[in-house]
Amino acid sequence: MEQKLDNNNVTNGRLGSVFEGREKCTGSVLLDYLKCAPAGVCIKGLERSFGNHLVLKGIDLDIDPGEIVVILGKSGAGKSVLLRHIIGLDNPDAGSIRVAGEDVHNPDFSKHHVLAMVFQSSALFNSLSVGENVGLYLKEHKIINDDSRINEIVSSALELVGLGGKEEVMPSVLSGGMKRRVATARALVMNPDIILFDEPTSGLDPMMTRTIGDLICDLKSQVEITQIVVTHDIDLTFYVADKIAVLSEGRILQVGSPDEIRNSRDAAVQEFIAPQFG
Amino acid sequence: MNTVMYFFKVTGGLVGLLVETVYWCKSAFTNSDKVLQQLVVIGYQTLPVGALIALFSGGVLALQAGPALAQFGVEENVGGLVGLSIVKEIGPVMAAILVAGRVGSAMTAEISSMSVYEEIDALKTMDINPVRYLVMPRFIATVIALPILVIYMDVIGWFGGALVSAVNPEVKLSIDIYYNNLAQFVDFTAVVNGLVKAMIFGVIISIVCCYVGLKTSGGPREIGRSVTKAVVLSFVLVLVFDYYVTRVLLFLNLD
Ligand SMILES: Nc1ncnc2c1ncn2[C@@H]1O[C@H](COP(=O)(O)OP(=O)(O)OP(=O)(O)O)[C@@H](O)[C@H]1O
Ligand SMILES: [Mg+2]
Repeated sequence: MEQKLDNNNVTNGRLGSVFEGREKCTGSVLLDYLKCAPAGVCIKGLERSFGNHLVLKGIDLDIDPGEIVVILGKSGAGKSVLLRHIIGLDNPDAGSIRVAGEDVHNPDFSKHHVLAMVFQSSALFNSLSVGENVGLYLKEHKIINDDSRINEIVSSALELVGLGGKEEVMPSVLSGGMKRRVATARALVMNPDIILFDEPTSGLDPMMTRTIGDLICDLKSQVEITQIVVTHDIDLTFYVADKIAVLSEGRILQVGSPDEIRNSRDAAVQEFIAPQFG
Repeated sequence: MNTVMYFFKVTGGLVGLLVETVYWCKSAFTNSDKVLQQLVVIGYQTLPVGALIALFSGGVLALQAGPALAQFGVEENVGGLVGLSIVKEIGPVMAAILVAGRVGSAMTAEISSMSVYEEIDALKTMDINPVRYLVMPRFIATVIALPILVIYMDVIGWFGGALVSAVNPEVKLSIDIYYNNLAQFVDFTAVVNGLVKAMIFGVIISIVCCYVGLKTSGGPREIGRSVTKAVVLSFVLVLVFDYYVTRVLLFLNLD
């Protein structure tokens, strides 16, 4: 990892970003285990208000199977609310969300598709150890009955997020960034068709951010999983995104490829992606 | 109007949760490890305090009743009086209050903190039903544990009565006579009567405490408020149901 940073430190004008240069991905027990059926998402006219506060004001967004979509937006723009609707935790006031053509609120939806989410708050189960958190899905659904195989997948997942050997630790003693990474491992183990990241890198140092960025890219190249990433990190955005959606005050300002967003004429969009300093 | 709506909403919610929990009891055997774990927790939390409460409840009954009965020269009936009061009323109600205060409050605290910190949402996204995973094991464990706790407290309460009757200079009842009299009055139906109540209280406490926990939303401050709400509601419902269950048992000639 340090080697990587040294090699990539000298970059064009800006301070060295950890995202310069791309390592080729390494195989792992978990990545070999994952076999998803990539599914697209189609959001139409999604509206949601809390009381008389209209949070989502008609969102339309199409996500192709296997694509990485990054949703950018200010704090309070409604990103987390949007993700909660996509995964079916909240009901919209109007509009629909379809995954591979099927409504996410269909009672049988979960039988056909697995969506996983990394919560902004991590939402680890505090009464379970890190390893139990990550392995819970496999155990509860009896997907794998062999405990040693579960342990193998769990430790591989933890290694992928840089937390190898932390199985026995309780979540309460982890830092915020470590919790987020455990939550990421827990979501991956579900073998989802679509994975939703709510700010996967907030609170992580640049090296760890890079690890998560690489993980997202590996997931695309090796498993072709559909990924929806909410983040504030512009470097991460351009590192992983196939498509970027800029969300502002409950509306989507622009959707486009990274190049289209970079060259956008919309002042509000430019404001987002402009370098924060200098 | 709002209070009326709220009453029906909560009642409906409680009944709904009860029905769903009973439905999920079908997976009790595949989840027996969770049930067992809850049973251990309940036993660990209630057995020592339960013994203390029962000992003194039996003791105070004998202390009040003994001299009064002795005035009429029928002090041997202390055994029957203490035995029946404990087995039919004091045992189940005291056990229920103890379980609501110690176990129920802990259940609400745990589940409401899971609600507040999005852990329940995380369970849902993992397609793990919170009622099956969290409520059902607590429900079964409470419904099994409360009758056992009642028997345990009955025995200790009887002993407390015996001890006080024997020591109290105004009564001076030998332990043999006390227990003989107790055995005359306390029959099988009386014991069953108490155990039926205990099971019903177990249903009430576990469902109320889990329901309030699951319905908690907002910030961490709500956790404390939920615990208070759940314990108070459990107490009230236990006492109200105690009256009606007794009426029904009397009607069925089981009393
Ligand atoms: N359960 C709720 N009840 C009431 N209002 C809510 C609720 N959830 C979200 N909101 C409101 O919706 C708006 C959008 O919230 P959201 O959490 O989606 O923001 P966000 O884009 O994820 O911000 P951040 O980047 O800070 O996480 C906020 O104004 C928030 O107050
Ligand atoms: Mg958010």
